[in-house]
Amino acid sequence: MANNYKYIITKKVKLADSIYLMDIMAPRVAAHCYPGQFIILIANEKGERIPLTICDYDREQGTVTIVFQALGNSTKLLAEYEVGEAFRDFTGPLGKRSELVTMPSEELRSKKVLFVAGGVGAAPVYPQVKWMNENGYEADCIIGARSKELVILEDQMRKYAKNVYITTDDGSYGLKGNVNEAIKYLVNEKKHHYDIIIAIGPMIMMKYVCILTKELGIKTIVSMNPIMVDGTGMCGACRLSIGDEIKFACVDGPEFDGHLVNFDEAMKRLSMYKTVEGKMELREKEGDTHHHPGCECHDNENK
Amino acid sequence: MDVLKKVPIKEQDPSIRIENFEEVCLGYNIDEAAEEATRCIQCKNPKCVKGCPVSIDIPGFIKEIVNKDIEEAYQIINKYSALPAICGRVCPQETQCEQVCIRGIKGDPVSIGKLERFVADWARENNIRPVEPEKKNGRKVAVIGSGPAGLTCAKEMAERGYDVTIFEALHEPGGVLVYGIPEFRLPKETVVRPEIENIRALGVKIETNVIIGKTVTIDELMDEEGYEAVFIGTGAGLPNFMGIPGENANGVFSANEYLTRSNLMKAFDDNYDTPIITGNRVAVVGGGNVAMDAARTARRLGADVTVVYRRSEAELPARVEEVHHAKEEGIHLQLLTNPEEILVDENGWVKGMRCVRMELGEEDSSGRRRPVPVENSEFVIEVDTVIMSLGTSPNPLISSTTKGLKSNKYGCIIAEEDTGVTSREGVFAGGDAVTGAATVILAMGAGKQAAEAMDKYLKNI
Ligand SMILES: Cc1cc2nc3c(=O)[nH]c(=O)nc-3n(C[C@H](O)[C@H](O)[C@H](O)COP(=O)(O)OP(=O)(O)OC[C@H]3O[C@@H](n4cnc5c(N)ncnc54)[C@H](O)[C@@H]3O)c2cc1C
Ligand SMILES: Cc1cc2nc3c(=O)[nH]c(=O)nc-3n(C[C@H](O)[C@H](O)[C@H](O)COP(=O)(O)OP(=O)(O)OC[C@H]3O[C@@H](n4cnc5c(N)ncnc54)[C@H](O)[C@@H]3O)c2cc1C
Ligand code: SF4
Ligand code: SF4
Ligand code: FES
Repeated sequence: MANNYKYIITKKVKLADSIYLMDIMAPRVAAHCYPGQFIILIANEKGERIPLTICDYDREQGTVTIVFQALGNSTKLLAEYEVGEAFRDFTGPLGKRSELVTMPSEELRSKKVLFVAGGVGAAPVYPQVKWMNENGYEADCIIGARSKELVILEDQMRKYAKNVYITTDDGSYGLKGNVNEAIKYLVNEKKHHYDIIIAIGPMIMMKYVCILTKELGIKTIVSMNPIMVDGTGMCGACRLSIGDEIKFACVDGPEFDGHLVNFDEAMKRLSMYKTVEGKMELREKEGDTHHHPGCECHDNENK
Repeated sequence: MDVLKKVPIKEQDPSIRIENFEEVCLGYNIDEAAEEATRCIQCKNPKCVKGCPVSIDIPGFIKEIVNKDIEEAYQIINKYSALPAICGRVCPQETQCEQVCIRGIKGDPVSIGKLERFVADWARENNIRPVEPEKKNGRKVAVIGSGPAGLTCAKEMAERGYDVTIFEALHEPGGVLVYGIPEFRLPKETVVRPEIENIRALGVKIETNVIIGKTVTIDELMDEEGYEAVFIGTGAGLPNFMGIPGENANGVFSANEYLTRSNLMKAFDDNYDTPIITGNRVAVVGGGNVAMDAARTARRLGADVTVVYRRSEAELPARVEEVHHAKEEGIHLQLLTNPEEILVDENGWVKGMRCVRMELGEEDSSGRRRPVPVENSEFVIEVDTVIMSLGTSPNPLISSTTKGLKSNKYGCIIAEEDTGVTSREGVFAGGDAVTGAATVILAMGAGKQAAEAMDKYLKNI
């Protein structure tokens, strides 16, 4: 994939099956980004605009770290790129900074914070955990995954979080069960008190976390990943119902008060292009009816 | 030849063009252009020039077409306009230069736009390009946004010797010219890109993927990066929705999203990765140029399309030419109709739109008769896709991140009309960002005036 594009890949690590981490040279973005924000990248001339959360950044080196799961056509294409190659476009930082980053420090200091990361959701959670630690705040963190091989960024999280709890659906590592079991365990059995939960993962996970935390009476912030085009407020593709308002995730979010988000609507909207891309793929494969892993039935497990 | 009539222009046949995205209007050849040019009576006090926001010497360039000295005609236009191939295609000439043309009193006005287009196309095909100015003053100015306002301001400043950098949020320069107006009215590779290259040829740098207010702020550009003045031409890109039930259903899009997917991301071409939902039965809500563009795009993607507009045909804000083209292409107009609810099926997809009939009542403040709903006139249009084209407003990003920059309650940046001077020293603004959604040529006029004021300002500090 030799090219003369500008945004050079300086590092690539395979974190788990089909999950990759990359550092991209993008000094203007690196100089201005904060946890909670995202970038949009375009691989090549014919590529689509792919939104990805900023997972880390190095202001001196001028690099931004992204973590993605190679699911559909576009993310699989990203996975084919190697160190030394480059992407055509890379823009950001988009969206608002995390609520934690903008909260007055006395207020934040008085709060007990729990992060809940599901699947690739560990990527957007990580910079927030790191930021908390580097600015002198403590936080706990739950990392949930389907099984042991899919737990990512564990060592990095352990470096910065006070306590890290792992939970896997199949019980192959840590607690057995989904992240809600872990939240219940910490709050009900271990009697931990939390003021704020930041839950990031597949929409279905965030939905159920919010149902639980509403019962528990704990404020919950989620990071929404609706379909986007421009990421600057120009198209409205990313609109969400938040309470009785319509908000654009790319400029008003991506973080929102989870107890106000209409998840059912958001999940329906997220599936909008599955059939369209599925059709294109079918046409290419001429009659092969096997669907690709990005299709609806898998969507709920994968962010 | 009947001097009262325009020389007819060739167009793609409607039944063929709805199958492709190629340009509808095929333009004049040199003989046709020369013939049309003879219709201009070379007025001593040409009204047409006053009708043009950038005051192109219209009789001047038309005279050269009569002589078939097209290169000279191009040089004349180039003194006034950076984007003649674009304006010749999309300017609402019927309400600008051509509206006041003397010929129009009795018969058709001179086809000024089509002649301008001919000259610009000829120059491009014959590789005639503007040359980089020799004298440079080394002073840095920044232009934010690469739509017609920004491009024009950049050209004017580069010609005055300034070191100009344009910052553009998207990955391609051009603003609405690339993401909004469709290929079949304004070809990107053959028309827009070369005109932008002409501006680059003047030494203007274009940095794409830079969102001012996010990637870097105006304050940083001025305080840390050494830009002495800034022009804001960020347009009015924020789409409005109606706020009716069902508007977030799958299959409801803003015209901006639909057009961006098709134009900027080239979703109409299977070789590109961005998907688009074509729909079988599409309703486009609204009656402006944007609505017509969305409707005609959906038609080309294979849909049966209905434009739903709450007033009557006489009030349609779209250009007459575009409405005519849309009708030729088999697009239905459902006039005096207003949507009240989008009906949604059990999977969250659009299955219809409940509408109400309207009638025209008293005149409102804009002088147009206000549409009022007719009682008990509700009916359902069966559609699977709805495109909302209800206008746009400026994006608040810049005004909310720049110290001392004032905007009004509609989010428009406040700037002096003839100079673009804003409330912040050294910062100028113009185009849709100031006026709200308007036209290409008005944005260019604003870019030009702001450059003049900016130059004066810089000479005095
Ligand atoms: C703010 C934000 C942050 C994100 N951060 C990350 C991240 O850090 N890591 C990561 O792996 N993924 C992240 N995503 C999701 C990622 O952008 C999608 O997985 C990706 O666009 C899917 O493209 P695809 O062609 O590979 O998948 P397919 O499933 O083939 O997608 C089909 C179409 O649906 C759309 N689409 C599908 N899923 C999504 C989605 N979740 N979000 C947006 N559009 C979608 C795309 O337009 C695509 O064309 C984020 C999304 C958003 C909006
Ligand atoms: C579909 C459609 C059809 C139209 N048809 C016609 C027509 O036929 N005739 C006509 O005369 N007019 C037409 N118009 C209107 C015309 O296109 C606009 O009035 C004109 O483009 C305004 O020019 P501008 O330079 O002010 O802004 P724009 O063309 O909107 O350009 C603004 C640019 O600034 C960029 N930008 C925004 N924010 C930032 C930021 N923070 N940092 C960096 N860059 C930023 C945007 O990405 C964009 O590229 C049409 C508009 C649309 C949407
Ligand atoms: S730029 Fe527009 S208004 Fe001016 S002469 Fe050309 S077509 Fe007419
Ligand atoms: S007003 Fe019409 S006839 Fe007179 S100079 Fe202009 S184009 Fe020619
Ligand atoms: S992605 Fe287009 S408005 Fe948010």
